[in-house]
Amino acid sequence: MSNPKRPLAVLRSYPNWFYLPAGLVFAVFFVVPTVLAFYFSLTRWTLFNATFIGMENYRNFLGEPMLAAGLRNTIIYAVMTSGLKVIIALPLATLLTSRIRLTGFFRAIIFFPVLVSTVAVGITFSALMQPSVGLINTALGTLGLPTPDWLGNPRLALYSVALVDVWKGVGIAMVIFIAGILSIPTDYFEAARLEGGAWVKFRHVIIPLARNATFTVILLSFIGGLRTFDLIWTMTKGGPGFASDVLTSVIYKYYQAGFYGLSTAGNVVLFILVTIIVFPLMRYFNRLELEL
Amino acid sequence: MKIRNLLLKSIGALSVVGLLAACAPVPAAPAAEPAAGEAAAPSDAAVSLVYLVDESQPSQARAKAFVDGYMALHPNVTITIESRPGGTEGDNLVKTRLATGEMADVFWYNSGSLMQALNPAQSLVDLSGEPFIANIAESYLPTVSQGEAIFGVPGETAMGGGILYNKKVYADLGLSIPTTWEEFAANNEAILAAGITPVIQTYGDTWTSQLFVLADYYNVAQAVPTFTADFTANKAKYATTPAAVEGFKHLQEGFEKGWWQQDYATDKFDQGLQLLAEGKGAHYPMLTFALTTLAENYPEQIEDIGFFAQPGSDAALNGATIWMPAATYIPQTTSNLEVAKDFLAFIASTAGVDAQNAAVVPSGPYVIKGAVLPDDVISAVRDVAAYIDNGNAGPALEFLSPVKGPSLEQITVAVGTGQMTAEDAAAAYDADVEKQAQQLGLPGW
Repeated sequence: MSNPKRPLAVLRSYPNWFYLPAGLVFAVFFVVPTVLAFYFSLTRWTLFNATFIGMENYRNFLGEPMLAAGLRNTIIYAVMTSGLKVIIALPLATLLTSRIRLTGFFRAIIFFPVLVSTVAVGITFSALMQPSVGLINTALGTLGLPTPDWLGNPRLALYSVALVDVWKGVGIAMVIFIAGILSIPTDYFEAARLEGGAWVKFRHVIIPLARNATFTVILLSFIGGLRTFDLIWTMTKGGPGFASDVLTSVIYKYYQAGFYGLSTAGNVVLFILVTIIVFPLMRYFNRLELEL
Repeated sequence: MKIRNLLLKSIGALSVVGLLAACAPVPAAPAAEPAAGEAAAPSDAAVSLVYLVDESQPSQARAKAFVDGYMALHPNVTITIESRPGGTEGDNLVKTRLATGEMADVFWYNSGSLMQALNPAQSLVDLSGEPFIANIAESYLPTVSQGEAIFGVPGETAMGGGILYNKKVYADLGLSIPTTWEEFAANNEAILAAGITPVIQTYGDTWTSQLFVLADYYNVAQAVPTFTADFTANKAKYATTPAAVEGFKHLQEGFEKGWWQQDYATDKFDQGLQLLAEGKGAHYPMLTFALTTLAENYPEQIEDIGFFAQPGSDAALNGATIWMPAATYIPQTTSNLEVAKDFLAFIASTAGVDAQNAAVVPSGPYVIKGAVLPDDVISAVRDVAAYIDNGNAGPALEFLSPVKGPSLEQITVAVGTGQMTAEDAAAAYDADVEKQAQQLGLPGW
């Protein structure tokens, strides 16, 4: 990473009060609500009044029997979606950067789900995954394959939602990979062609040299997975029972129930959790980052 | 590609989403008292009100009947109906709009424990001094009161909570109405043997999963008469009261014995009604408000549907659990208090009842004095009325105690899908209830 030292005069060429407008916006819309959220997480809050109760909300939230399952589901969901997105998007990007017909058409097709509203995707897939008359099971049944209850089976529901998430998000991952592959100098591809065929190109050029793109995809989809809410909520509402509850759906249910202090405490916990997982990961990836 | 830049952006976005922005609540402005000497009756000046009503078909139809009836009498008043979602999403919306002073001029909402959670003394207009309160059955008033203050007027019929059943299936198989759980279980085995679904469950709409627990309350109260008071005072628990665990056990038994239909985990309320009307399912644990929708969608089959109370352990003590009507309330932020009160007076009158009867099929008895059910009332409603007339009926727990846990519907789904045992579910519900009681600041919790 290049960070040439600039002369002091350039750094100081703008007066400090130029920071003010942006700083004000940042303070009003970010700092103040954040500080208030930390405060309200220490209270029993009815929206009408707030009673200070110390760490009670955190004790309640962390002592919640469903929380352990929710945490496990969150991690499973984040790991599974970010992993699958890399595994599927990288070969797709390789294919769609090579000289085949209709690359533009296929890129558009794969990117299309990214443009659709998540809620619409959730509702559509709930209908498609309906166990006896849904399109997916009708098709599987015609082929003589087993027809699971995708969203009704407590052991399957979380994975079904994660698969839809991958379907919807793989387009973004593919675009990032395409950008990564196109930024690899063509010399390497020339060398790979002399050395061997497509496999050498994929294994020894694209995988190592598109590493930055891989890190970006993993980080973005991992953060997205940890914070996932809309798809889970529209497809299962965390159910059946608590089977596909993730942190955000637990927090939202508290909010709906009117436990405003408790749900704010849950959000603080989520914030801290994402931070302690993602920052070390980011530092690690940054150390391995390549200069091309 | 600079990961750091991308990340800084995403972390910024994340924090805003992650921390629910905590805006300080705007205190509800106190409603202006009418100046002394101002005429009590609304003047002829043009007035417009907004009426917030949940989106369910029966509520919308009733609200429209009230609005049309009232506007015909008062041409200067325009009332527009605004729809909101039902269930916990609707609870959240109502609470938030009340807290931020954004509530409609009049609104429709549950009575009982859900109303208690609205912080009524600070957010709603006290109607206890109004003459039209005298039109309402005394037994109803506690469900819309806090202390001496009365906040709402009933906008629908009372409902039975129990088992809706298909009378044709019963006739074909020669079954009789069960009064104990053993008889009910035996009927279910006979129905299952005949290739019909014994019990319909619809976990696609999670609220429908609670009936086996909630509608068992009459049986619980008969077995343990002190339960209501002790439960409210944090002295009795579901998990440690065997009669109260029964409802959860029924769900567990139904799952283990395969009483549910094939797609029970994802079917929704409407599909449950269809199965019942078409005789593909014999029983549907449900509130009788469903009869209004059934009569609308399956007019040919409505007389095939009957109602019986949820069977318990003792036939002599069996009876129906009754749900009190939802009410219409006035927030303190209403734009025209006098007209709003006059509209509520219309709802709580026999004229309001007539308007309802003309619009929808009644799903139970009214709680307005002098109101009568039409002669052609459907037979399932007569079944409910029979329990009340014979004295074998009592209100559901949520109308007797402010304590109701918000997660019951997820817990009952977990039991009904075989993920949780009845005992664990009762304990989980106790923990859920504790949070609600603390949130309400009840003494003893």
